[in-house]
Amino acid sequence: MQISKIINLASALTLVGAVAHADAPSRVVSINLCTDQLAMLIADDDQLISVSKLAADPRSSAMAEQAADLIPNSALAEEIYLLDPDLILAGTFSSRATVSMLERLGIPVILFDPAYSLDDVRDRMIQMGDALQQPDRAAELIAEYDASLAAYRAEITERPRAALYYQNGYTSGDSTLAGQILATAGFDNIAEDAGYPYGGFMPLELLALNNPDAIITGTPYPGASRSDEILDHPVVDHLRDRLPQAVFTDRDWVCGTPYVLRAIEDTAQLRRTMTGATE
Amino acid sequence: MKRLFATLVALTALLFFGSLVTGPAGFTPIESIKALLSSDQSPITMVMQEIRLPRAILGLAIGAGLGIAGAAMQGYLRNPLADPGLIGVSASAALGAVLAIQTGFAAAWALGLPISALSGAAAGVLIVMLLSGPQGSTLTLILAGIAVSALAGALTTLVLNLSPNPFAANEIVFWTMGSLADRSMTHVWLAVPFIAVGALIIASTARGLDALTLGEDAAAAMGVRPARIRLALILGTAAIVGAGTAVAGSIGFIGLVVPHILRRFVQARPSALLWASGLGGAAMLLAADIAVRIILPSKDLKLGVLTALVGSPLFLHLIYRTKRQGL
Amino acid sequence: MLRLSNLTVLRGECPVVDSVSFDIDQGEVIGLIGPNGAGKTTLMRAALGLIKHSGTSSISSRPHKERGKLAAFMPQSREIAWPVPVETLVTLGRLPHLSLGAAPSETDRAAVSAALDALDLGGYRNRLSTELSGGEQARVLLARALAQDTPLVIADEPIAGLDPAHQIATMNAFENMAAEGRSVLVSIHDLGLAARHCTRLIVMDRGKLIADGAPLDVLTPDLLRDTFGITAFLTETADGLIFLPLQVTA
Repeated sequence: MQISKIINLASALTLVGAVAHADAPSRVVSINLCTDQLAMLIADDDQLISVSKLAADPRSSAMAEQAADLIPNSALAEEIYLLDPDLILAGTFSSRATVSMLERLGIPVILFDPAYSLDDVRDRMIQMGDALQQPDRAAELIAEYDASLAAYRAEITERPRAALYYQNGYTSGDSTLAGQILATAGFDNIAEDAGYPYGGFMPLELLALNNPDAIITGTPYPGASRSDEILDHPVVDHLRDRLPQAVFTDRDWVCGTPYVLRAIEDTAQLRRTMTGATE
Repeated sequence: MKRLFATLVALTALLFFGSLVTGPAGFTPIESIKALLSSDQSPITMVMQEIRLPRAILGLAIGAGLGIAGAAMQGYLRNPLADPGLIGVSASAALGAVLAIQTGFAAAWALGLPISALSGAAAGVLIVMLLSGPQGSTLTLILAGIAVSALAGALTTLVLNLSPNPFAANEIVFWTMGSLADRSMTHVWLAVPFIAVGALIIASTARGLDALTLGEDAAAAMGVRPARIRLALILGTAAIVGAGTAVAGSIGFIGLVVPHILRRFVQARPSALLWASGLGGAAMLLAADIAVRIILPSKDLKLGVLTALVGSPLFLHLIYRTKRQGL
Repeated sequence: MLRLSNLTVLRGECPVVDSVSFDIDQGEVIGLIGPNGAGKTTLMRAALGLIKHSGTSSISSRPHKERGKLAAFMPQSREIAWPVPVETLVTLGRLPHLSLGAAPSETDRAAVSAALDALDLGGYRNRLSTELSGGEQARVLLARALAQDTPLVIADEPIAGLDPAHQIATMNAFENMAAEGRSVLVSIHDLGLAARHCTRLIVMDRGKLIADGAPLDVLTPDLLRDTFGITAFLTETADGLIFLPLQVTA
């Protein structure tokens, strides 16, 4: 599976587009980075009028270019109300106060749970298709998505052990989206052995003792933060010196969208170089 | 007095050892100590030499420093409520450290971080001392401390919120509560020399602090120079709190609790309280740092949570007593 | 022992101590008297070099280190910051004699014992000084000043708040020191005790020294009226001077 293929898929879908129902929402506003991207993938032309500011930031959003054409919002009730929306898409972690204010103002709000697994990603696509009344588009995306996942799973012959290690020593286990991306790309996750099935701050000494075959870290953000300091600790340096490592940007990893396929591809590439397997 | 000294040294040594052998990776104490002295490149050696040892050393040094700084400050201000954390010195040190990190000063110059935190701490002590003064009442001391803490805390939050880095905002917890998790030898070299120099500067005021028991005039008439003591205290406290905060965040209450507990054992003599509080502070911080690893090993529990749990009730009790005696 | 010449202390523009000069010789017990706000405390502090002043004082002109061996000072505010035992507190008076980090020697301990005995505090050694009564604390603090073992002791209202027996005993302790060749400068409001126990009285009013001499020569009806605003009965008996304030003058 090529990265370009996924991107083509997304743009092709926007062009083809099934005809929406007459009563489909026509002024949709999304206020959460992940619903932003799902909506941009599934919505009809002109159906979506605004997405959150973050969606236009290439560091956190896989669809920054598309987002640039829409009105950016800061997820505040006042400005959203003034956009006169007929549907609002929010995450369950969006501010409670904003969501209930908008509901009081009589605008329907649909809440999306974060995706904790690759199956969740599929569910979110269905939910988004229903919300925007574009179920056919969602179904097409899902078919492609399932096919790609199956292809990745089939290609794995050998599973090296990797560590996901982010700022502040944060790691993600198998019961997280990042963990599933790693697993599907053909790695075993040391967070599992260290006792972190979910996300958590894994002390450096557990990283050292679990002796991973590869270490995957996030790109540092601009501006300094002492959260990055741990990635320069002598122990991490020492591991990096002798291990294959990869630094991936967060944008493909954080949201439950089909772009997780791009994250899987990047990670699988690292595994292929390590095990000498070819595509 | 000798018995107290021996007890405290033994306790501190025991806790230092305890800190070395406590951690999420469970190996036996014997394995640990062997690895500590070994020179191979095995993971366990890495863990002991690069993670546990710096952590224990920093716990020892920062705890001792905070104990000494607290005892000295109480001695000079003649007020048992003085503590670097409570009167805003730690908060202003944190502000200095955050500024150094966010402006890139810390990255540009190795000593940028501790020097900047030290300057912040010095400014904090200076303001509190000028506002409350040696004859100032408890009330002015605490009020000055609240003002300095609030201002430094707000500015720290502002600086972190302005940062383009999404993780910066979460750092506030570290700067206000403190942690020794995953520190390295680099941090030891950054902090310990400053703490040692600060402790020496404060030790030079021991006699003067004793004399100040009788008040500034009586002490000055014995040849003590209160202005010099004040200068030494500002420098010494700033060096200790600044360096400690730069690498471990602000850890409150040690400078309050330890002198308070130990005062009766040294017959309330400020000079004797200095070394006693140094040992006691080291023991308290090492104990707290062992506890955070045992209570919630996977959650990176902050040190300040534990010291505040012990310190706050004591602080309330002290305020209650001060109130009864009249401010 | 102490030589002051033209000692002046300004608070803003206003002189609180105005060009005061006098000498103290060996074996004197000098009572510094005057109404409230006359400048007695300020004079003492300036003489010791604790505050900025013009004119000269033979103590404040010496380096800080030496001052503690020239004069001991018991301030008016009776501060005891920490609950230290009486003996430890009195031993603080030995600080100027101890080299850095040295433990008190036999001489030091003897001086402490002598000071405790002089003020009738022998039984208090191990009591916590903060738990004593105000009068007892005053005696402990004076003992601390005596333990400093200096040629001159300056005490600011040392007998205020003491019971009659201890007032007299304290003044006797000063007289004994004078007999040994040391001197005492003591500010005092009880003119009766001043008249009986001091060898010399210095009177201050509004920052100026207005009289200096033997009690009988100083406590004239004119001075009592002009400075203190009182009339008094004063007579010399076989038991010494008897002074009794009578009335406030109009």
